[in-house]
Order: sequence, then structure tokens, then C-alpha cells
Amino acid sequence: MHATTFAPWEDPEAKPLIRFQNVTKRFGTFTAIDNLSLDIYEREFFALLGPSGCGKTTMMRMLGGFENPTEGRIELSGQDISGVPPNKRAVNMMFQSYALFPHLSVWDNIAFGLRRDRMPKIDLENRVAEMLKLTRLEKFAKRKPHQISGGQRQRVALARSLAKAPKLLLLDEPLGALDKKLRQDTQFELMDIQEKTGTTFVIVTHDQEEAMTVASRVAVMDEGRLMQVATPDRIYETPDSVYVADFIGDVNIIEGTATPDGQDTYRIDWAEGQEPIRATSAHPFATGDRCYLAIRPEKVTISADRPEAAINAVKGKVLDIAYLGNISTYHVELPSGTVIKAQTANTRRISRRSFTWEDSVWLSWTVTGGVLLAE
Amino acid sequence: MRRFLLIAIPYAWLLALFLVPFVIVLKISLSDTALAIPPYTPTLDFAGGWAGLKSFFADLDLENFVWLTQDDLYWKAYLSSLTIALISTVLTLMVGYPIAYGMARAPEEWRATLMMLIILPFWTSFLIRVYSWIGILSQEGFLNQFLLWTGLISEPLIILNTKIAVYIGIVYTYLPFMILPIYAALDRLDESLIEAAEDLGCSRLSAFWLVTVPLSKNGIVAGCFLVFIPALGEFVIPSLLGGSGTLMIGKVLWEEFFSNRDWPVASAVAIVLLLILVVPIMLFQRNQQKQAEAEQ
Amino acid sequence: MRRLSWFNTVSLTLGFAFLYIPMVILIIYSFNESKLVTVWAGFSTKWYGELLQDEAFLSAAWVTLKVAVMSSTIATVLGTMAAYVMVRSGRFLGRTLFSGMIYAPLVMPEVITGLSLLLLFIGIGLDRGVFTIVLAHTTFAMCYVSVVVSSRLVTFDKSLEEAALDLGCTPAEAFRLVTLPIIAPAVISGWLLAFTLSLDDLVIASFTSGPSATTLPIKIFSAVRLGVSPEINALSTVMIGIVAIGVITASLVTKTQKVRQQRDEQEAARAQ
Repeated sequence: MHATTFAPWEDPEAKPLIRFQNVTKRFGTFTAIDNLSLDIYEREFFALLGPSGCGKTTMMRMLGGFENPTEGRIELSGQDISGVPPNKRAVNMMFQSYALFPHLSVWDNIAFGLRRDRMPKIDLENRVAEMLKLTRLEKFAKRKPHQISGGQRQRVALARSLAKAPKLLLLDEPLGALDKKLRQDTQFELMDIQEKTGTTFVIVTHDQEEAMTVASRVAVMDEGRLMQVATPDRIYETPDSVYVADFIGDVNIIEGTATPDGQDTYRIDWAEGQEPIRATSAHPFATGDRCYLAIRPEKVTISADRPEAAINAVKGKVLDIAYLGNISTYHVELPSGTVIKAQTANTRRISRRSFTWEDSVWLSWTVTGGVLLAE
Repeated sequence: MRRFLLIAIPYAWLLALFLVPFVIVLKISLSDTALAIPPYTPTLDFAGGWAGLKSFFADLDLENFVWLTQDDLYWKAYLSSLTIALISTVLTLMVGYPIAYGMARAPEEWRATLMMLIILPFWTSFLIRVYSWIGILSQEGFLNQFLLWTGLISEPLIILNTKIAVYIGIVYTYLPFMILPIYAALDRLDESLIEAAEDLGCSRLSAFWLVTVPLSKNGIVAGCFLVFIPALGEFVIPSLLGGSGTLMIGKVLWEEFFSNRDWPVASAVAIVLLLILVVPIMLFQRNQQKQAEAEQ
Repeated sequence: MRRLSWFNTVSLTLGFAFLYIPMVILIIYSFNESKLVTVWAGFSTKWYGELLQDEAFLSAAWVTLKVAVMSSTIATVLGTMAAYVMVRSGRFLGRTLFSGMIYAPLVMPEVITGLSLLLLFIGIGLDRGVFTIVLAHTTFAMCYVSVVVSSRLVTFDKSLEEAALDLGCTPAEAFRLVTLPIIAPAVISGWLLAFTLSLDDLVIASFTSGPSATTLPIKIFSAVRLGVSPEINALSTVMIGIVAIGVITASLVTKTQKVRQQRDEQEAARAQ
């Protein structure tokens, strides 16, 4: 939806709302952010994704004004904002702990930021009412934070940080404290609110599903560096490193050596006595280069006999079956000892499953089914 | 600027009213007694410039500290303070542990009340709590009346103005300091550990010795220091309950200062007392730190 | 469910008897007709009457109250500042010395604190009286306040302050509008502790007071050195009574608040 109609990052004329220019942040001897450059555009829902300690929270705190970069520039609408204190920035933040003021009612929490701007009373009341409506909290305006549920608290935090109509809203693990079911509903609510208000959202999360669901673009981070910045489908379908492929979703990695074999096609020798695999790649490899084929389990077909037309097919033995209801994942051990996962949708009743433990099966995939990676 | 003021104001206050006075004590302890006002020489003479400063330092010596080692009153007082503080700490532990243990095993709904009952005496005047024992321990006091009435004794016991009265006074007034940390440690103790020990073949008593006591060790150590440290410098209890026969260093210091007006010796007594206290205070700090680290 | 054993019951009973019997005796005998404090001679409130007429006691009580209110208030301000500095200010020059000076007075024997302050006051030629006692009490009480307040600040969610800054507060506004209201209970208990310590203090007050300012503990101490007197019993009863009412009220208030909070939270969870 976004990818077709909304893609300012592909437009060379577009001016970014936020621009990180060669930003480095060190805490003592520890480098949290390592010479990182990144543009984020207006109206984007941008996700910073990575394991804990990867620097995503530091990025967010630098945007909020709670940390300053050691080196480099951070621009907001073209102006350098390093050194500007948080209370002087048109940026608001929704905290992981929500940070609702326990001594103030829901209404007063939402009005808190507006009061600091000395907004006239009537405008303030209208704005708070608008926010309460947006987040469906009208009934709870008089309650204190401890008198409402976790999901409601999350919405108060959102309403409070949106009340000042910031240019940019930062969300630090906004759904981390909610249980799984509530989290899924809230994800759509967040997207809805983001679209209604037209605010640029930057979300920090370690949950890849969450990032994929809500974001227009995802930045995968590791050890203070950006590993890949792209739309969710590109991150999933064409990761540009083993790290990203492995971090997002389930993946089989087959290591081998590449030999060019026609236009953008390569032959991969991956195990002694095994038929080589063929794969396409836009990234050039020279003869003898080390390469990794990343292939998603759902792109691997499992069958009893070798499919006639298959270019890549290997034989193995079913080691384990993980039944997840809608899908099943088969762990198939190849003669080389490598275990490959293959996923099939359970369109039939389980009692009529075609394969079981110890069965000899064939796994196959197309030339374009996997991604060939250099690192 | 604001941050500077925030730090500077309390800092300056403590420097002026804690550190500077302490340096003065140190300085006077190195001075000589004199029949003057103030009753010691040399006094710092800034008008004398560099020479004045030089002669000031030249006049300082360790004479008062030498004096403390020569007059056996002082080292006897230190020694007796140490023994009294040590014995009372052990006694407080023996009285306090069963109470803390009982509190930790009491039903949930009682605990807040029990806790309040332990803290309540802590908020009441220390002086009054010590004073209340005079009427009980004196020769015609309530304890002797009671014991004579039961026929356990035929002559009234002499307790007031002896060391025993001091022990009772210290145990009584410092008991909350012992109970609270032990209770805190026992309260955190997971009941299933005891059950596990019993399941593995311990009797109730050996489960207590092998599980409960070791796991409340931090509380015991903290409680002991919290009693021992203030007991060592105690003044009110020995002077109200201990009589003239009980030597404690806090009392000696007080008398040296108010009765003999020997400021240099009083200062030297104070310095030595502090030096003695440094050891338990450091140990206490270490224990607290270790506990804080273990909790993280 | 844990159950009290026979041993637990006995030790709790004996323990609390030990803690409370002396005070109970004191209270009972404050209503004794006789001047002889250990012999019961009938009920009377005459010692309370005498207490009310004793000018010296009343003026000492007044001095003590003045000192306690002033010193605990200043100590609360300074102690809260010190706690904030200790918990939030990170590194600064002389931080170790600062924290040393905060903790040392807590373990310093009162005789030494008193002696050193007296020597300072004499050294700078300050006349001893209410003012010097206030200075002395403030100094040691601020350390207690700072310990109480900093233990609350340590568990304080720092993102609350950051949220206030984020929503447009200056650091001072963030402290006034968010931090202070939330840590208020700790600040109040710090003040109460400072107040009680000041009311209670004999040794430091004896060193730092002059002939013009006698506090109640000094007065009581000189009286009880001569032995037990029914008038002191009456005074003690009054003081114990005030403290007991205060402590019991405080614990009832916290208990009801806790119960209400728990109920609210349960309801909120159910409503979800």
C-alpha cells in the first residue's frame, strides 16, 4: 500500500525531515553509534529494528535531545539540532515505560505539554478532548494512571505525546508491555493514528513482526551500524547480508563457492559429492568466491519424488516436524549433515499428512527462490 | 549554573559545619593545654603571616596522644567501651533474632502492625526510654519488688549503676536496629527453600541452622554493626544507668571537656575513638555494598 | 501458609513485652498520687498540673520546638538537594568527599559531632544559643534526610523527568511539577525524621547550646540524673502519647492508601 503510492526515499528531489550525517556516539570507550548516516522523510513510519544493545535506543534518544552526538550532525527540517535541549524541540517521545505522571489524571497528563506552551484555556480543552477522542479515552479522563489498564495507559502515553502536534514522534518499544493479542490490535491502531495525524513516526523495536507490520521502511541495526534500510518486503525478500536474512524471519543458509554460469547466474558448490546449486544474483561474484545462499523455508518445496523440472533438488530424511496449526515446518537432514527447513501450508487435515518422521524426501527450489549473499 | 548551585550549597554547608570542625578537633588535639581562653595554645595567628603559620605548625605535637597511653584511665575506658559494646551487641542479637524470626513467620495481615510496633519506640525519645529503666532497676524498683514478691530472692539485687544495667539499656534502646535488617532478610527468604530442605531430610531445627540462618547472614551482620557502632560512643546510657563505676569513652570525653575543661585531651580522645570506629564502619560499608551488588 | 510455632509465639510475646513494659510502667506511674515513684498511692493527674506550671520546662519545650521546626525544615531542603546531587549529578569534582560527608555524620558518635561543632563556634566567636543548635541539628539531620530521599530517588523512574522535559518543561519545572510531587512522601518522612532527631537530641545540644537556650532533653537529663521523678513521668507520657498518635495515624493512612491502590489496580485489570 505504502510502497506503491508513498516512497519519498526514491525521489531524489525530496528533502528529508531528519538527516543523520556521519553520526558517532561514544559512551566512554564504548561506541554506541558508529559513523552512521540516515535520512528519514516526512509522514514516514520508520522502524529501527535490532537486538538489545545495537544502538537503536541511542539513536532515538539523540533525536529526542537526551543525548548529543559525539561527532557528526543531526538535522531536523534542515537545521542542526545537536545541543538543543529536549524542551526546545518540536519532537515528542512516547516512553517505553509510558512515563505517565502518577499524580496527575489522564486529562492532566495529556494537557501537561500544552500547558507548558501557555496555550489558551479554551484551545487547550478542545485539543485534549480531540486527543481523548482519537485514542478512545473519553470515559477515562478523570482516572489516575494506576486506575486504568495497560492498554489504556499505552493510549494515554500516545495521546500525551501527540497532543503538541510534534513534527516527529518517537516511540520507544511502544507495545513491549502489552500481551500478544492486544499488541496486534494496537499495531493497526497505531498505523491508523499515524495516517490520520500525518505525523512522522520513528519507532524503536526488537520485535521484527511489529516492525514489518507497521513500518513504511525498516532499518536493521547491529553494533551501532545500519545493516540495511529498506521497505519491509525488500528487507524480507532481498536481504543484503546474512545478518539481516537471519534476523528477519526463518532462513536456511547454505555456504559454498560461486562460479559464474551465464547472465547473473552462478553455480554454487556447497558439499562434497552433492550436485551443485544454481542461483541468480545481481551482486557479481568471481570464480571461487565464498558465498551464502539464503532461502526461506516457505520457498522450499517438499515432495516424495524428485520433481521433473526442478533445477535445484536435494534428497534427505525427515528429522522433525513442527506443527503450528496453519503451517508445518519439516526439518530435513541431508546426507552431508546439513539440516534444511521446509514449510508447507496445512491445507488438509493433519491425519492425511503426506510425510512423517524418517521418511526419505526431496527438497527443491527455483533459481530465484533464494538470495545469494557475499557476507 | 543551576547545577553548580545545587551542588555548591549542600557541599559548602557540610564543609563548613562538618569538615572544618573536624579539622579543628584534629588541630586542638595536637596543641598544648593552657590556662587561657580558649584553653589551649597555639592559636592560629593569621596576622603573623608566614612566620606565624610556621610557628603554629612547629608548636603542634603528639603530646596529648602520648598522655592517653600513659594514664591508664583512657585505655581502660577504650577497652571497657569495646567490651561493653561487643557484649551488648551479642545480647541484642540473641534477643532480636527470635523476634525478627517470629515476625517473618507471622501471618501476612499482622506484619504491618508488628512492624509498626517495632518502629514506634524508635520514634519516642531515646532519653525517656533509657530513663524508664531507672525506676525498674533501682534497689526498690519494680524488678526487685517483683522478684521479692515471687520469693526468688530474699535481698534486693543491685543492678542499677552496674554494667548489667548498661547492657540492658543498650539492648533495649538498640533492639529495633537489630530486628529491622534481620526481619528484612528473613522476609525475603523463600519459604519453599525450607520445605526443600525438609524434603531432603532435614529436621525443622537443622533446616533452620542450615538454611534460614545462613540466608539471613547479611541481615545479622548489618544489625550487629548498627548496634555496635553507636554503642561504642554511647554517652546517655552509661551516665544514667552505669553509675560512676562504668567507664565508657563517650562519658570520659564528656567529663574531660565539661568538668576538667581539658580541650586538647578531649580532642585527642575523640580522634582515637574515631580511629577505632573506622574499622567497623569500613566493614559495615563493605557488607552493605556486597549486599547491594548481590541484589542486582 | 506459614504458621507460628510455639517458639515463635513465645519470643514475640516476650519481645514485645520487653519493649513496651517499661513505657507502660512509666505511663501508669505518671498518674500516681505519691511522690515516691515506686509505690502506688492512688490515681491523680496532679503531676500534669505541676508540669503545666513549671516555667522552666515550658520554656525549654518552646526552645526545643523552635529548634526542631527550623532545623528540620532547613535540613529537608539541604538534604533533598544533596540526595538529588548524589543520585542524579553524575561525576563532579570532589564527589567522593561529598558522599563521605553525607554518610559520616550518620555513624559519627554524637559526642564527637558535638565537640567539634562547639570548638568551631568558639573558634569563630559565635555566641551559643538557639542559632548554634539549629546549625548543629541541621547539619546531622540533613544527612538522614538525604539518605531517606535518595533511597526514593534511586527507584524513581527517570523517564518521568525525561517525559516532562520532552513535553516542554525546563529542568526546574520538571523538578517542581513532576519529581517533587512524586517523591513528596519521602521528603515528608525525611522532615519527620529530622524533626524527631532534633527533639530527641541531648548530646549535641548540650555541646552547642549556651546558657540562654536550654532544650527539653537537656532539662530532662539534668532532672533524671537525680533519679526518678513523677513530673518527668508525666512529661514522658505526654511525649510518648504524641508519638504514638502520630505513628499510628501515619501507618493507618498508608495502609488505607495501599488498599485503595490495590483495589483500583484490580478493577483496572478487570475492566480491560
